[in-house]
Amino acid sequence: MKPLLIKNGRVVDPAAGLDARRDLLIEDGRLAALDTRIERPDADVFDAANLVVAPGFIDLHVHLREPGKEAAETVSSGTAAAAAGGFTAVAAMPNTQPVNDSALVTRFILAQAARGPVRVYPVGAVTKGTAGEELAEIESMREAGIRAVSDDGRPVWNSRLLRRALEYCLALDLPLVDHCEDPHLAAGGVMHEGEWSLRLGLRGIPALAEELPVLRDTLLAKLTGARLHLAHLSTRGALEFVRRAKQDGVRVTCEVTPHHFTLTDEACRDFDARAKMNPPLRTADDVAALVEGLADGAVDAIATDHAPHSETEKQTDFESAPFGVIGLETALALALEKLYHTQKISLLRLVELFSTNPARILGVEGGRLAVGAPADITIFDPERRWTYRAAEGASQSHNSPFDGWTLRGAPVATLVAGRFAFRQ
Amino acid sequence: MPPPKTLARLSQRHLLGVEPLSAEDIELVLATAQKYQTRTATETRPVPRLELLRGKTLTLAFFEPSTRTRVSFEMAAQRLGMNTVNLALEASSVQKGESLLDTVKTLAAMRPNALVIRHAASGVPHFLARHTDVPILNAGDGQHEHPTQALLDALTIRDHKGTLGGLKVAILGDLLHSRVARSNIHLLAKFGTRIALAGPPPLVPKAFERLAPSVAVCARIEEALAEADVVMMLRVQLERQREPLFASPAEYARHYCLTPSRLAHAKPDAIVMHPGPFLRGIDIAGEVADSPRSVIPHQVENGVAVRMALLELLVGGAG
Ligand SMILES: [Zn+2]
Repeated sequence: MKPLLIKNGRVVDPAAGLDARRDLLIEDGRLAALDTRIERPDADVFDAANLVVAPGFIDLHVHLREPGKEAAETVSSGTAAAAAGGFTAVAAMPNTQPVNDSALVTRFILAQAARGPVRVYPVGAVTKGTAGEELAEIESMREAGIRAVSDDGRPVWNSRLLRRALEYCLALDLPLVDHCEDPHLAAGGVMHEGEWSLRLGLRGIPALAEELPVLRDTLLAKLTGARLHLAHLSTRGALEFVRRAKQDGVRVTCEVTPHHFTLTDEACRDFDARAKMNPPLRTADDVAALVEGLADGAVDAIATDHAPHSETEKQTDFESAPFGVIGLETALALALEKLYHTQKISLLRLVELFSTNPARILGVEGGRLAVGAPADITIFDPERRWTYRAAEGASQSHNSPFDGWTLRGAPVATLVAGRFAFRQ
Repeated sequence: MPPPKTLARLSQRHLLGVEPLSAEDIELVLATAQKYQTRTATETRPVPRLELLRGKTLTLAFFEPSTRTRVSFEMAAQRLGMNTVNLALEASSVQKGESLLDTVKTLAAMRPNALVIRHAASGVPHFLARHTDVPILNAGDGQHEHPTQALLDALTIRDHKGTLGGLKVAILGDLLHSRVARSNIHLLAKFGTRIALAGPPPLVPKAFERLAPSVAVCARIEEALAEADVVMMLRVQLERQREPLFASPAEYARHYCLTPSRLAHAKPDAIVMHPGPFLRGIDIAGEVADSPRSVIPHQVENGVAVRMALLELLVGGAG
């Protein structure tokens, strides 16, 4: 394969504190050189003038649905959507059918992913079947290749079991990713509990249902010393508890989704099931708190919680519709639109949220532009205006509340190990 | 406030709720209903038999059992000369696993002139309205709205009090699970009526006050009743409770049943309303339900008139 020379790009690499015009040379799938000016006549040239070149984006929270729900998404279609969204790697949540709670399922997912355009880091279940009762085979799954454990979709509600799992995670150096939801406070709820749920006659999920488990989880992380990562935080109070735990030296990180920093519970007003997700869309005050946290460092990562559902599943009334929205192909544009173009965060911070920190949380290579390392690179245009059409996306599902939105900023190319996984 | 100007037609194609209606829409429905009334506060009239909507079809799709609302819609349709098709869907295709959307597409393919929908889930009529051109009349969706009930209640209040504004209306009982309460609050608030709510604390969240500025959540039922012109009782929705929100029906009755002594806190000429079916001795004492203060039978009669008005406005205009 010919070498590839990426010229004239604005290279943003928070790990190196770099935000400057640079050229990159890619050879044999690896980053061979990074300099102010590289000349290499035998190379293919990619002109990145007016584009941002960053270490590959890693989405910590994706539901690829395979095995089991291939009508909604497959490893193949989900990773294609990831590539189109500028992601070079995704962490695949274990709530498939069967659940990824054994080395066998982990190996199956990795085998499917080997043919896909981007890297897949399987997340193993904490408990068998994510049923919250018995520990899953965490050590065997670690050997097979998981990079984190989670019972996502539900919390590990038994505090003793969570403690045991954290003890394993400490020894195996895995992060435990918890979905914070008090099942009793949240029971039956379909949207945020507030003025809109009352108005619409829909059962609410109070903010406290998320905040109480955040507090508990951080206390257990403190007790065990293990690494805790909190998925899709959505309330001001939840973030407050994370700030306090971080000040207290607890090894806790957290992520926020684009839909939670973009939309409020008012999006449910016409009973549009595309605005139904768990955790639910919260209030304008919560959105403001999430944006603050994304800017000041309380939040570590932007993750999509990409949750595909087939048209048949989602084409029903609000109460019966399943929770979840897709997000891989809109995440970068929403972050640019809502955080960067509003001057809330810099491009360095944006790349930190999409790449540097996710790599650190998963403990994987990447997250920086290191000479000699595999060339996983995300190239995007922060200015390009485009209209998102869910039906034309790479994901097999179309359940997005952003369908038809005109956004500012878009991925232009995604390179995984030096190959174009996606090119505009 | 000055009387709103009269409209010729509704601003909405569907009747999904009271919330999207304007005060002018509501005035139009009430004015249209008045000509169909068989009884006002002062006189009784013969039952009208009209040909206005002859040859048109009304399909009633009840995904949740109901006798009163369904029969009221059927009578309204028949008095206007319409044919009715009655589908008790809780017993048919829905249980065979057909999707909601497929069921309604099938119904719409039969080309009715209007579709009356009742469903146990909030928002179903709104979902269906996005997938059909047939005018939809919401006959109660989950805990969201029951617009025809609020409109017939408004007609009843106006028959007895001459106005909707300048009154105090107490709405008592299980507010949280009540679509009737939500529709009534929206309607009365559009006329500036003072609305006082009370009931078991978990069933009357303070957030109700955010629905409209004239809404007050009262800590005690007596406070809500004080100087009220209208007392609306709500049914205890035992079947809607997925969790125990009060100890027992007896405990509820002891503290929230509308007894003569509680009613004494309201104005001497206050009327008592209930959307029915009421639980005698639990939400309302027999003496109160049977007293001349109770306008419950009048509500039932107005129900037919209001539904006739809505059919005229939503189907008649469609040509
Ligand atoms: Zn989750």
